[in-house]
Amino acid sequence: MAEVNLRKVVKRYDDVEAVRGIDLDIADHEFIVLVGPSGCGKSTTLRMIAGLEDITDGDISIGGDVVNDVPPKDRDIAMVFQNYALYPHMTVAENMSFGLRLKHYPKAEIKSRVTEAARLLDITDLIDRKPKQLSGGQRQRVAMGRAIVRNPKVFLFDEPLSNLDAKLRVQMRIEIKKVHQKVRTTTVYVTHDQVEAMTLADRVVVMNKGRIEQIGAPNELYHNPATRFVAGFIGSPAMNFLPCRLEEAGDKLNVRLTDRLAFPVPPLRAARYKNIPRNEPLVMGIRPEHITEARPHAEPGVEPFDAVLDVTEPMGMETLVYFTLEGAQLCGRVNPNAAARVGAAMRLAVDLNNVHLLNETSGVVLGRP
Amino acid sequence: MSTLTIDKSGPRRKVKYGSMSRDRVWALRWSYFFLTLFAIFSLLPPIYMLITSLKSSAEISAATNPWWVYHPTLSNYIELLTSNQFLRFFWNSAIISVVVVAITMLISVPAAFALARMKFWGSATLATGVFLTYLIPDSLLFIPLFKMFALVGDWTGIQLINRWYVLLFIYPTLTVPFATWIMIGYFASIPKELDEAAIIDGASWFQTLTRVFIPVALPGLIAATIFAFTVSWAQFLYPLVFTTSTDQLVMPVGIITTLIKGDVFNWGQIMTGALLGAAPPLIIYAFLMDYYIAGLTAGATKG
Amino acid sequence: MVDVAFQQNRVQGVRRAGKRITLRNALKRKSTAAFLMTLPLILLIAILVIYPAFYAIHLATLNKAMTKFVGFGNFQFLFKRDTFWMVVEQSCIFAITAVIFKALIGFIVAHFAHNIPSRKQRKWRGMLLVPWVIPPAMSTLAWLWLFDPSYSAFNYTLGAFGIGPISWLGEAGWARFSVILVNVWFGAPFFMIMYLAALKSVPDQLYEAAAIDGANWWQRIWYVTLPMMRNIIAITTLFSLIVTFANFDITRILTAGGPLDRTHLFATWAFKIGIEGSDIPLGASVSLFMAPILAVAAFFILRDVSKRGNEA
Repeated sequence: MAEVNLRKVVKRYDDVEAVRGIDLDIADHEFIVLVGPSGCGKSTTLRMIAGLEDITDGDISIGGDVVNDVPPKDRDIAMVFQNYALYPHMTVAENMSFGLRLKHYPKAEIKSRVTEAARLLDITDLIDRKPKQLSGGQRQRVAMGRAIVRNPKVFLFDEPLSNLDAKLRVQMRIEIKKVHQKVRTTTVYVTHDQVEAMTLADRVVVMNKGRIEQIGAPNELYHNPATRFVAGFIGSPAMNFLPCRLEEAGDKLNVRLTDRLAFPVPPLRAARYKNIPRNEPLVMGIRPEHITEARPHAEPGVEPFDAVLDVTEPMGMETLVYFTLEGAQLCGRVNPNAAARVGAAMRLAVDLNNVHLLNETSGVVLGRP
Repeated sequence: MSTLTIDKSGPRRKVKYGSMSRDRVWALRWSYFFLTLFAIFSLLPPIYMLITSLKSSAEISAATNPWWVYHPTLSNYIELLTSNQFLRFFWNSAIISVVVVAITMLISVPAAFALARMKFWGSATLATGVFLTYLIPDSLLFIPLFKMFALVGDWTGIQLINRWYVLLFIYPTLTVPFATWIMIGYFASIPKELDEAAIIDGASWFQTLTRVFIPVALPGLIAATIFAFTVSWAQFLYPLVFTTSTDQLVMPVGIITTLIKGDVFNWGQIMTGALLGAAPPLIIYAFLMDYYIAGLTAGATKG
Repeated sequence: MVDVAFQQNRVQGVRRAGKRITLRNALKRKSTAAFLMTLPLILLIAILVIYPAFYAIHLATLNKAMTKFVGFGNFQFLFKRDTFWMVVEQSCIFAITAVIFKALIGFIVAHFAHNIPSRKQRKWRGMLLVPWVIPPAMSTLAWLWLFDPSYSAFNYTLGAFGIGPISWLGEAGWARFSVILVNVWFGAPFFMIMYLAALKSVPDQLYEAAAIDGANWWQRIWYVTLPMMRNIIAITTLFSLIVTFANFDITRILTAGGPLDRTHLFATWAFKIGIEGSDIPLGASVSLFMAPILAVAAFFILRDVSKRGNEA
């Protein structure tokens, strides 16, 4: 087990820069998830750590040793692929032991490791089957088993759950987390699914266009995003964005959305926005759960407003309501018992204690603590 | 009247539904009819071979109904299978085909692996070149090849013309390009992640080939093997050009040049020989038809 | 902190020095290995395919004894011979007619085979492919016997209907017909298999959509089947054109070019002149005439095959 360090890692294909100088320190035992849209460079980064791609510039070290020119087999890593990449002509046991057999481990050792991994993953009964006879979830387990038996310094996962159906994905997600809690191997996990990232990671690395947007614990990313990209990428339904400007109203600070609509900023937030120029175009970000039905008792920082609903989506535990404000479509989450009717005006309330203000052009979240 | 219509309404609806399936039934009957016709056309020559091979010379020259055997006899088979000359042809064909298959696979499998997976300078051009080579027919090259090997004999004193083993050099020009081509296709269809997994498991290029690619692409390998064997076995032009002494001949040429003596055609024996000559590919085909067809269709695709 | 930074630098420095060498070595090793793996193939093609092809051009410029350079002399000689032009004409008629019939029959049979339940298809396909499996030299012998001047089984059968006897191989027109017939018999199964595979790859939904749109049987073939199979039809046809054009076995055994050279193709005539007549340069010149036609066909095949590769 070991830490993994990336220093200014660059990957260039001909004239396309897939990864543009990444710095990342992964601690021993840590579960890191690289997340981002397709083409953001997350898979390339993982493949560079694995040694499947050459590094154009920068350094990657595993356990303190720079491994830039070390071939994959000598990096002491194991990888789980999206399509499992199980050898179709080998049984489960043979699949899992292939690497050990290539390294001429003693037969007894191989057997005990395979048995142990199979037990850990609950695939003991499948050990003599061929991959063709396994379900998607079972194949995924075998692929993980193949990684575990190697007892490597680092686990690398490349979108391992993308080929599974939604229900199985949730189950396997928990499985992966359990396994990590048992074996505690440093893990780098790539996914495009922000839910997977949030649920699995000790720390999430959000990537976009070959750069790291933000690194942080799941809750930190959710509640304190650094950029508009992170704010919009993490969370579902996505955060609402709408144009606004700050204006002084006596000793108070207002965030003005339209000529008619402005909300006072709560004092705690207002202190953060001290240095932001007034009356300049900004973007306000607010998560759907912070737009709810108005409640009878006024709470500090929660301001009511009226909106005509375009669409409602009952989800059972809540109802999503969509409405338009200044040309921007917004989403709120209201209590299913609240009278949310399409075409009717509804009294909603926005919780300004959780508002984010963003620079209109750079997308940087302003006044972060 | 009204009861009658009511009575009929049920069946009529059924008939209407049935007319659709009746169309299908007729389409099916026509299909079977024409398929039978074509099957007769396809199987006519081999069946006629079998019929004639069971006849004695007397029965053949008696010009009785050619489609029927009145006095079946195995004498043609016995005569050929006890003839040293004929067994020699068979042996020559067999050894040439087997060795050519081995040469073909030894050359084409590593080459296909390199071309499909280890992109290197000129690999795409070479793959195209392999395909083009596979399109070059034997009848374009037999004259220069004959002269080349004759010259090799003149220069080195190693006589290759009229030796059966010269065909071991010639046949791979027909089998290797095709085998390489279909193996490229099979190898290219193996997901990239599989060799990456092998690399991470610590396999070298050679181990990736032998322990992952060859087992996974086994159907392709079998198809290529069958093809190489069939082509070697059936080749007619090259042995006709390169070999003349009766002890150097392969089956097809041997049957045609020795059993046809001047204008005397011993048709019973010729047909027996032809049937025995057709037997090995037919037997392989009977057992490995699916691989045979897979190989056939793979030749025209890029994997 | 300073220490750590310093160490970091040092590690980087060491690594950088190493990187260039090992990376280049790794690349070199990989392409060297790949080159070695393809070397036998390259040698084989170079020595036994490309070299003979150019050697044929060289041979074609020599006199019969191969002692003197005659330039285009052999070609000029050929152009003046009627037989040569006859061979050109016959080769073209033979190849085009045979390929058209092979393609048509293959298409029709493939359709019938596609019509029947798929579990029975295997058996029928197995029977229908038999002509392609038998070595052509062997099956042509059977045809030769079926066409025999005195014992022809066909004539026997036709005689029952009061037709014939037909001189299948003795008369120019019938000989040409027979040669083409045998070639179609041999080659049609290949088309059938290719088309059947292509038919299977057309998604059923397309036919269902066409049927819902009101297309009849013929329209379904014209607007769905044929466009979906266009590429495979082109490849198969061109491929067969090459093979048929360069055919040797069938004509050689059936007629040996006769009667009166009326069924000679480039291949059989080149064999007759070059090997039997021992005029290697002239034989090489004759076979070289196949090259341009084959090259054109090969060009189009290559284009279609790579198009197919891109689609997949």
